[in-house]
Amino acid sequence: MIPELGHFALVLALLLALAQAFFGLVGAHRGRQAWMGIAAPAAAGVFVFVALAFGCLTYAFVTHDFSVQYVASTSNSALPLMYRIAAVWGAHEGSVLLWILILAAWALAVAALSGSLPVAFRARVLGVLGLIGVSFMSFILATSSPFARLVPAAADGADLNPLLQDPAMAAHPPMLYMGYVGTSVAFAFAVAALLSGRLDAGWARWTRPWTNAAWVCLTLGITLGSWWAYYVLGWGGWWFWDSVENASFMPWLVTTALIHSLAVTEKRGLYKSWTLLLAIFAFSLSLLGTFLVRSGVLVSVHAFASDPSRGMFILALLLFFIVGSLTLYAVRAPTLKSEAGFAIVSRESFLLANNALLVAAAGLILLGTLWPLFMDAFNLGKISVGPPYFNSVFLVPTLPLVALLGIGMHASWKRAQLAGVRSRLLLLAGAALVLALVLAYAGYRAGSLMTIVGFTAGLFVMGSALLEPVARLRAHQSLSRAVLGMAIAHFGVGLFVVGVTGVQSYRIEKDVGLAPGESVGVAGYDFRFLGTQPAVGPNWQGVEARIAITRAGAPVRELSTQKRVYRVQQNPTTQAGIAVGWNRDLFVALGEDLGAGKWSVRIQYKPLIRFIWLGAILMALGGGLAALDRRYRARRAATEPAAVPAGASERI
Amino acid sequence: MTPRRKRLLAVAGILAGVAVATAVALRAFDDNLLYFYDPSQVAAGQAPTGKTFRVGGLVTKGSVERVPGSLEVRFVVTDYAHTLTVSYTGLLPDLFREGQGVIAHGRLKDGTFVADEVLAKHDEKYMPPEVAKSLKHAPPPTAGTT
Repeated sequence: MIPELGHFALVLALLLALAQAFFGLVGAHRGRQAWMGIAAPAAAGVFVFVALAFGCLTYAFVTHDFSVQYVASTSNSALPLMYRIAAVWGAHEGSVLLWILILAAWALAVAALSGSLPVAFRARVLGVLGLIGVSFMSFILATSSPFARLVPAAADGADLNPLLQDPAMAAHPPMLYMGYVGTSVAFAFAVAALLSGRLDAGWARWTRPWTNAAWVCLTLGITLGSWWAYYVLGWGGWWFWDSVENASFMPWLVTTALIHSLAVTEKRGLYKSWTLLLAIFAFSLSLLGTFLVRSGVLVSVHAFASDPSRGMFILALLLFFIVGSLTLYAVRAPTLKSEAGFAIVSRESFLLANNALLVAAAGLILLGTLWPLFMDAFNLGKISVGPPYFNSVFLVPTLPLVALLGIGMHASWKRAQLAGVRSRLLLLAGAALVLALVLAYAGYRAGSLMTIVGFTAGLFVMGSALLEPVARLRAHQSLSRAVLGMAIAHFGVGLFVVGVTGVQSYRIEKDVGLAPGESVGVAGYDFRFLGTQPAVGPNWQGVEARIAITRAGAPVRELSTQKRVYRVQQNPTTQAGIAVGWNRDLFVALGEDLGAGKWSVRIQYKPLIRFIWLGAILMALGGGLAALDRRYRARRAATEPAAVPAGASERI
Repeated sequence: MTPRRKRLLAVAGILAGVAVATAVALRAFDDNLLYFYDPSQVAAGQAPTGKTFRVGGLVTKGSVERVPGSLEVRFVVTDYAHTLTVSYTGLLPDLFREGQGVIAHGRLKDGTFVADEVLAKHDEKYMPPEVAKSLKHAPPPTAGTT
């Protein structure tokens, strides 16, 4: 009964989304106030019914309703409660439902917080979001309903993929989807601007916090995924250039470009059509990511068994939204004129370079990700593009990007007088170089040219990001959230670069065979294999090995690493043992039984790896702070005070 | 400087950037494209020697053997028409199992494929598409593959 209720709620949500799209878009086109007024309540209704559907599916998981096919294929009676809830989005059908729920939540937030927008504009934004909702709800109802019954019901479920039974994995998809789907808000704003033919500073000021919020979620989602891959896949890598990782990284790069180009559009009224194009690209790449993950056309960690009709449906949606919005863009964009001029050395041109480089990086990744598909489609051979391609081409746009970032932060709008900061920046660059040399040769006793370049660039950006906040604090000036957020995010970029340089330059990976009592030395640490013992969990059993780490005779840590076999799926997984330190991780993963008490073990030394995730978290923190800047609220209240209830404006 | 000249300069700069990026991308492409061959193509001598490529197939049941005292593993992959022996030193992925599909990166040496990386599927229902396509005919009923 409950699953049918969920299915019914989803159908109702689809109908309400149709109303939201129709009355929002057509009402705005015809200028009918009453029609436009329907869009916001309809968006609220969509959210209520999608949440009800999602709740019904969750209920089926919690109560072990194995008469529902989706539950039977992704859950099990022995699965702990936390993972039964996470299993709701553990496979295709449920994750599409989560996608829709998050879309409905974004639309609800827009509806609730957009009271001060021009009525027609707001109706158009909600209408576009409704249209996206309609497409995805028809997709799930037509090809992949999570509520389909299984007759007869299964006695027990086939269990959740063991790799997904992990706290980070439970949080990774919702966070990533919040980012993916969040780009739809910027997209809806862009399409609404194109439809109305109006794009002013107010538009950019409106779009900025929403885009920032989506970008923050995307950043955190990708970071969680990277962290999960690091310790769960047991490989100890933090990024694999896996096609689905790329699918999430491309929208991130383009959204990063978008938040910077929006700054120019707001402050200077420039790059208007470019900003719109970026908003369209960001959303298109998010859809492309969904297509790549859900169609199974790519070989990937994330490629689950798939049904070709689903791929075709998403491909059709992809074409509809991309072709539709680009056509609209082609027709309407030429009417948007940018009047202001700017000098070659100005914040505008630095941000132009930022955009060009970020988009180039996204393009190079797109090329490497899609090339194998083209080759295969035209029967030119089955190829794969390996990580070395991405590692080498990614540096081409990003090295100048990081270098320009350190300088560009200090350029003012219109015409920059860099002379004032030139001496300080030169001093900073010199200090960064010296520190990089010390770090490389005194800290790690080695360093290639790329290592020095990487450390110098990262340290330079970190220092450069701190210059302005420090100067303002010294002068007892106030520090707005936007300025502080920018400084924190850019400091995070520098920290990230230092972390990546450290890991790529000095990591050590060693596969060894060890018998109890034997030890091996890696990077000055001594790893002693203490032996194995059986281990049991709620739905798995396996073997646990203990490894004692010492340095120059002094104990450092004792780690345990497990090889688990989950009872239902019988897939072994490795639980790595990690000794976390601020400047290095020591990583052990148990391999296989080699006989006679001997086991194969992978031992890794990962210097500065924590800086990578810490840097990413700082970027997200900075982006979040900037989105909360006072002026987004103050000016809104000033334009139309009556329309914004006090509580609503606090919530953004 | 006139706005027109500035725009020209900006366009020229972007074009130069794109040209450099394309050149680097093409070079990197050339070095890093990995072609896939199935055991039949390798047996027919179509696979390159002295160059890294990928090979895939099902791990023949009972073919996995360890070289005592080392981390070297040898196993045979098949597409039901031809077979190829693969040698790999290191830790195998968790989901590596006999009868299942695998993809190996490496190069051919004296008729043996020396792999530097072995990838297994990540999901019970999933088979690498290349392997699925390369199988020459349906598995014999006893093979028990999924």
